[in-house]
Amino acid sequence: MSATVGKDAAAPPAQRMAKRVGLGRTVGAVMRKELLVELRTLESVPAMSLFAVTTFVIFHFALNRGSVEGDLASGILWVTLLFAAILGVNRLFVADAEEGGFDGFLLAPVDRSAMLIAKGLTLLVYLLALEIVAVPAFSLLLLGPSVGPALGGLVATLLLADVGIAVIGTMVAAMAVRTRARDLLGPLLSLPLFVPIVIGAARCTAPLLAYAHRTGPSGRWLATLGVYDLVFGLIAYALFDFLLED
Amino acid sequence: MPVLEVEGLTRRYGERDALSEVCLTLAEGRTLVVFGPNGAGKTTLLRVLATLLRPHAGSVRVLGSGLPDEAWAVRGRVGLLAHEPLLYRELTAAQNLRYHARLHGVGEERIAELLDAVAMSRRADEPLRTLSRGMVQRIAVARAVLHDPELLLLDEPYANLDPAAIELVSPLIGPASRRTRVVASHDPGRGLAEADVVLGLRAGRPALLAAATSVAPAEITELYR
Repeated sequence: MSATVGKDAAAPPAQRMAKRVGLGRTVGAVMRKELLVELRTLESVPAMSLFAVTTFVIFHFALNRGSVEGDLASGILWVTLLFAAILGVNRLFVADAEEGGFDGFLLAPVDRSAMLIAKGLTLLVYLLALEIVAVPAFSLLLLGPSVGPALGGLVATLLLADVGIAVIGTMVAAMAVRTRARDLLGPLLSLPLFVPIVIGAARCTAPLLAYAHRTGPSGRWLATLGVYDLVFGLIAYALFDFLLED
Repeated sequence: MPVLEVEGLTRRYGERDALSEVCLTLAEGRTLVVFGPNGAGKTTLLRVLATLLRPHAGSVRVLGSGLPDEAWAVRGRVGLLAHEPLLYRELTAAQNLRYHARLHGVGEERIAELLDAVAMSRRADEPLRTLSRGMVQRIAVARAVLHDPELLLLDEPYANLDPAAIELVSPLIGPASRRTRVVASHDPGRGLAEADVVLGLRAGRPALLAAATSVAPAEITELYR
């Protein structure tokens, strides 16, 4: 069954291409929107921070010790940061999925990778905000040695680990958000991928948080974190278009 | 070359055919109105034409580009007014439109112009969650035409709108907009008045396809029985 109506049915439609918007401008637009939504709802960063502080308090009482150092301190810090990060990962695409934001973005003449970059950068900002609260709280509630002398190495480790968490978290959140079991699937998919980050970050941080033989972070582990970030950055870039597709 | 050329379009959800063997052609500046009961495939058809769903069989050309391979050439030239407003509840009308304007490379002046056109300038700085559904629909209309699309895909565009609001948005999305339009509707009176071509769907299959002048309202009503 077919019908064509109108005298000008054979005439061509006005042939014009939509003006493509540059990657940088698109990333800026999406990120600005993300941060505006977060500032209004305060759904992610406060929850992540509160979770981290509460976990440190729980460790404080559960371990029944006034302070920790070295491997134990490093392990507690990274496990806590990682679980707090998962709260942010799970919320990353919820507003887009529930309020049609995906469709609005997909209808625009933009590079879809902009969504990956913008969401990854947004998650990175959330993680940095989390750490601004969590690291001093950890130092106050649990850590024995002063964090001051270790700050440079700690910041470098945090940044490298955050980039990995942001890239993997964004990729996994985009996969999980379109499924019915997204709250379950997000952590189940991301946790195994985060394991190498925790290993690398904990190895880097342990000597920084020790009383004795205090040294800088191991270059080998920092390089491992960097390579892991790079590999998953490339994988996410290659996969992301398909994750947004129907 | 017509704006829409659809030949044997089939789209499935799992095992179920949401659309099956749909064929149609629509010339520039014309309006196709799609009727059919709930679940007939109207929304699916609009989403395929908007490049949001892939066709599973058949050939679909929108604005001269084949889907899904040339979907990139269609994006930004189509305006979709869906059931969902595609707006963020926590952001204000102005912030939502500014976001979409940036995605489409549209200047700020267009936002003020459209907020004025849908009479929402005074409420432009309030979060959408505080506005009525009708007001949100007016902002959704502004979003759909923000980038001056060549093809409008409208899914029950007058839902939630009172008569005064319908009059407000008509110059933007009604026949007076002079755009090529595909409108999903349940209102035979208004639909037939606006249509050049009528497509009736039943369980995803075309049950009626004809020039609007040759369709009686009773034939539309029959689709819903």
